[in-house]
Amino acid sequence: MSVAPAEVDLPRIEDESVPDRPWVTIVWNDPVNLMSYVTYVFEHVFGYPRPKAEKLMLDVHHKGKAVVASGTREAMERNVEILHGYGLWATVRQDT
Amino acid sequence: MELFRPGRDGGVSAWVSAGEAALLRSLVTPVIDMMGGDRKDQPQRSVVDELEALFSEGPAPQTPTDPVLARLLPDAYQDDPDNASEFRKYTEESLREAKKYFAQTLLDTLPENGGRVKLTGDQARDWMRAINDVRLAFGVRLEVTEEFEEQLSALDPEDPKVAAFEVYGWLGAVQESLVRALARLTLQRT
Repeated sequence: MSVAPAEVDLPRIEDESVPDRPWVTIVWNDPVNLMSYVTYVFEHVFGYPRPKAEKLMLDVHHKGKAVVASGTREAMERNVEILHGYGLWATVRQDT
Repeated sequence: MELFRPGRDGGVSAWVSAGEAALLRSLVTPVIDMMGGDRKDQPQRSVVDELEALFSEGPAPQTPTDPVLARLLPDAYQDDPDNASEFRKYTEESLREAKKYFAQTLLDTLPENGGRVKLTGDQARDWMRAINDVRLAFGVRLEVTEEFEEQLSALDPEDPKVAAFEVYGWLGAVQESLVRALARLTLQRT
């Protein structure tokens, strides 16, 4: 065990976000990812039932992008990391 | 190739020829190099160095200039370079490691001279991602659009790009079979 130092310089967190508005994970359309693959990723990563995963995939395909999840900034950033692992083009932003 | 199908043991399986195994190896190996490329010439960094790098005010990591790398390691924030750079600082290295790991799983489970490929669900998801990364790289280089078939048929048969388009199409079929086999596995379990 060790003793904590008397003074710790914690990294300053610059969070100018408005707490009331949730953060969202957005997936953008791209010409490479297969429709079946994108649906599978939504089912597997988010645990969405097939019809919801398919609807989101079609939204991405037809509208160019879709909000696939919302919640805390940390959770949305984690989603984006996982989706980038699957090669989906995902971004995070605070909902407007 | 006999494409992927759900196996009886809760995994998926396929059969690849020696030529297809060699082709897959030659396509996936460059992804490992690409994901580790920046670090190759640098001396091994210790955990302390890594931590110092995290907390130091070094140059902010930027979106890669190579369009393939920019697609494989995309910005997490759009039109927000500060947040995109901050996110990249904390996550890009682990994303590179993850992509190397997926590619390595494929190489490790691919019979060298062709034959039966048997994968667990997790390995199948690694294959899916490894193949997808190769398809993304092809997509960027070939400037593939959603009208892929039309692009291919518009090419002069003598065009060297035809072979690349055909490989890209084949990878799509392999990936599609993995997705279908995995989806059927999930159905069997529920």
